[in-house]
Amino acid sequence: MTVMIDTGNYIAAKAAVMARPDVVAAYPITPQTTLVEGIANYVKTGEFKGDYICVESEHSAMSACIGASAAGVRTFTGTSSHGLLLMHEMLHWAALARLPIVMCNINRVVGPGWNIWTDENDPISQRDTGWIQFYCSSNQEIFDTVIQSFKLAENEKVLLPVMINYNAFILSHTSMPVYIPEQREVDDFLQKYKPQWKLDVNNPITFGNIILPADYEKIRKDMQNSQENAKKLIPEIAKEWKKKFGRYHGDLIEEYKCDGADHILLAMGAIGSESKVSINNLRKEGLKIGLARVRTFRPFPNEEILKLGKQADLIVIDRNISIGSEGALFSEVKASLYGKSDTKVHGFIAGLGGKDVTYNDIETICRKVVEGKAKDCEWYGFEGSGK
Amino acid sequence: MSSKALVEICFHGRGGQGSVTAANLLVAAALKDGNKGVQAFPLFGAERRGAPVRAFARISDEEIHLRSEVYFPDIVIVLDESIIGIVDVLKGLKKSGKILINTTKEPEDFDFSNKYHVATVDATGVAIKHDILVGGIPVVNTPILGAIPKILDRVTLPSIQAVIKNKWKGEGGEINVKATQDAYDSVEVNF
Repeated sequence: MTVMIDTGNYIAAKAAVMARPDVVAAYPITPQTTLVEGIANYVKTGEFKGDYICVESEHSAMSACIGASAAGVRTFTGTSSHGLLLMHEMLHWAALARLPIVMCNINRVVGPGWNIWTDENDPISQRDTGWIQFYCSSNQEIFDTVIQSFKLAENEKVLLPVMINYNAFILSHTSMPVYIPEQREVDDFLQKYKPQWKLDVNNPITFGNIILPADYEKIRKDMQNSQENAKKLIPEIAKEWKKKFGRYHGDLIEEYKCDGADHILLAMGAIGSESKVSINNLRKEGLKIGLARVRTFRPFPNEEILKLGKQADLIVIDRNISIGSEGALFSEVKASLYGKSDTKVHGFIAGLGGKDVTYNDIETICRKVVEGKAKDCEWYGFEGSGK
Repeated sequence: MSSKALVEICFHGRGGQGSVTAANLLVAAALKDGNKGVQAFPLFGAERRGAPVRAFARISDEEIHLRSEVYFPDIVIVLDESIIGIVDVLKGLKKSGKILINTTKEPEDFDFSNKYHVATVDATGVAIKHDILVGGIPVVNTPILGAIPKILDRVTLPSIQAVIKNKWKGEGGEINVKATQDAYDSVEVNF
């Protein structure tokens, strides 16, 4: 085991290469660029022995990944924001074709106005494509999640693509120390991918053919079952990783100081890390408050959230908004509780457009709720007329 | 500064001077010196050569959970004296904080030296002396790193020199190491 200090993107590149993919197909976009540069550099050093396909767009990147994965090989890519949106059609395709592609998506604002900073509207807008979605809060978690995701995606009970999300710049361009296992240890954890079926001229089968309504419905139901299976496998894989490498970032959620809490904060990504500082400060003030950092948005941790909702009132921070409705996490948290718990849930929209969300801001949000001054749903720190 | 405390550092420089590299090398050295939590990052934006830029570093004995910008630095490092007056380099600097400036002046020559701990070093002069130039422009980020252990006991000069040698193998690394020693030896302080 060695310690590497590097940015989230270079750490993701290291993890991807250590997973020994056979194909990487990607198109650069800020702030993902250094991720693919990192992989390109491993081509030069000889550490990446697979094929690196330079394509002319993200739609082509995902199409190339689909072709490669259908041919039965391990496949990786990375993108961000508009790149992810350009992939949209092929994201559905990858999931419906049951291809275990692993992709890092660096969460960046969608334009216009043109903005390279972070919020999470890019992956939230792709939530119904069938992809599993992780949200990371540290560079170590990025490394560990990339390797674990191949194991999850390729499991015959899952066979769905995985999107690993992390915040633009806050993680993609920030250097932190990361423990890197030996290659043989990664090989031992993540065995060679054995596809259930593949494009093979010697064993011709049909792919993506016309299918009648009843059979199509079966495909959709099977995907739903697979996401349910992932709910069980994510904790198992996390446990195995912990046993082998001593590191653990949570299952579908990471609970932090929830014992005895009468208020629990829910957040994703980097805000989920910053919140730990806030929880420590608020606990020192005597508030009984904890944090549940949501690691997977798909599959959604309904059962875990219901359990927390039976214990405490919930505070949700969304770095996204479903325009015309509310924050996506806020909506889904409430849906998890519906009819089973009458706990109060308060939603806050914060940090859109890359606005910094500090531990101080999070403490202000929590105090407002605890003191009974919060509305059901509001925009935190909004600087404008509000009209 | 207690050994357990979180130290937050803000680098002010101009695009191309290597502020981000300086922050990265500093935290790599700090990790070597036993600080378990370290972090380095640029001010996120559209960096351009010559424009004022910022980079940040955090050093702690524990894992760092903070992901927000540094607003109240313990230490400010100015790689380019000419940005003082254009950028408020003292913004948010804690009362007990320190400011290290690349300049030929003495600490007392700065009007804020009666309020803050000021350290000065002629990093540009050191870079020119050792012929550390890129495109004819002196590179000040490695010399100024050598001055930091004089004002921050959480990082040692040997660790800074080790990470520099690791980044630039061979003669290039050796020249930069000599520059850090020269800078270390020539720091002036008002405290």
